[in-house]
Amino acid sequence: MFMNMRSNFDQNLKELKSLQLKMADEAQVSIKNAMLALLNQDIQLAEKVINGDNVIDDLEYEIHDKALMLIARQSPVAKDLRRLHVALRVSSEVERLGDIAVNIAKSALHIGNEKHVKELIDIPHMMEMALEMVSEAITSFYSEDIELAEKCAEKDDKVDQMFGSLVKELLTYIPQNPDFTNQIIQLAFVCRFIERIADHSTNIAENVIYLETGKRYNLNA
Amino acid sequence: MVTALKERKTVDMTVPLNRQIQSENILTVKNLEIFYGEKRAVNGISMDIEKNSVTALIGPSGCGKSTFLRSINRMNDLIPGARAEGEILYEELNILSEDINVVALRKEIGMVFQKPNPFPKSIYGNIAPALKFAGINKKSKLDDIVEESLRKAALWDEVKDRLHKSALSLSGGQQQRLCIARTIAMKPTVILLDEPSSALDPISNAKVEDLIVDLKKDYSIIIVTHNMQQASRISDKTAFFLSGDLIEYDKTEKIFTNPSVQKTEEYISGRFG
Repeated sequence: MFMNMRSNFDQNLKELKSLQLKMADEAQVSIKNAMLALLNQDIQLAEKVINGDNVIDDLEYEIHDKALMLIARQSPVAKDLRRLHVALRVSSEVERLGDIAVNIAKSALHIGNEKHVKELIDIPHMMEMALEMVSEAITSFYSEDIELAEKCAEKDDKVDQMFGSLVKELLTYIPQNPDFTNQIIQLAFVCRFIERIADHSTNIAENVIYLETGKRYNLNA
Repeated sequence: MVTALKERKTVDMTVPLNRQIQSENILTVKNLEIFYGEKRAVNGISMDIEKNSVTALIGPSGCGKSTFLRSINRMNDLIPGARAEGEILYEELNILSEDINVVALRKEIGMVFQKPNPFPKSIYGNIAPALKFAGINKKSKLDDIVEESLRKAALWDEVKDRLHKSALSLSGGQQQRLCIARTIAMKPTVILLDEPSSALDPISNAKVEDLIVDLKKDYSIIIVTHNMQQASRISDKTAFFLSGDLIEYDKTEKIFTNPSVQKTEEYISGRFG
């Protein structure tokens, strides 16, 4: 009587989840490559990131199609329904992560081979923190781990603080280095992009908590 | 009212009774147990049924939901060896008590069954005789109530030109709406529906579902359904039964988005049953 009677549906949910993980992997690689392109002034790598974004976009469409098909054909309720709702939400957040990687890669192209106005230390440090948040958010999603989701979201404030102080510092370079204004503005953009990566990770973490509890939390507040 | 139900042999057809009931709840069930011989089919359930709302009873076959539904208008009396303990309060009167006028009770608490069961008579003849039995003999009054009932059951436009044709010539969905009209004609306060659209095609089903939602303006409706989507579409509250126990009873949107009990979640998401 208590056997699982929806193995076909469960198999489809598993496939959906593995698609989501594949998409998240692609987005994380894309962000790392964009950062490496910026740090090493690697034009080719930056172009690879920009041209490769369609893979992430296509995965998002595939996930949305599959989730909508399952909603239409399986009439999910309760956690099954939240799972599909969250699949749609999280894949859109991950798609934005891919777009941010493209934005960073474009900044790398704008700066090109121009010598960096200063050695880039804090920006990669901030990026490491943001990437850690992405990784924790995705892991918490994979393992449906609320504690890890909360831990991820707690880091958001720190990234926000770093963003504020880094941009302030970058702007102080402009008066002494007016020829580098374009580069400095691009670097400030990059800081903003990294801060958005942390925000999207927090949004994913919120979705994990919603999936598990059915309650909504604003972890960014 | 209470004594009226005990003594009345005819029903006052002019006053919708549910308009006179002040309480938010039309029925209060207290520790209800129902037995078939030695076997207990319902294990001491307690719940309030809200007025002017649709309450869905769900659960796997044999969980006690239909047994419970039938106890509300004493249909189980017809089953040898069936007996009930506890209380079902309707206007402070225990429906289960022996001195209840069951005929009067069934006028106030009407029932529609799974399979449409019109009488082998005309459409008009399915509704009018019970009214005559209830003391309404004036032809124009009978015509008015037949029309009103058929209109409320969303059937009037389809049958108005053939009221004296056989009810058996109607489609299954139309027959079921005729059975609902027949129930409505008696001006009940509560309508019990036992899987009323499980034998219907999707279009007829949709019409019956729309009708049920529409009818709650005037009646309190309790429906047994095996169709989870139907329960989620039309009911305000849902009760989940399992092995004779009431496992969870809550607002339908809560039951179908975030139920409190794991067993409910497993059942509604089709993981057992």
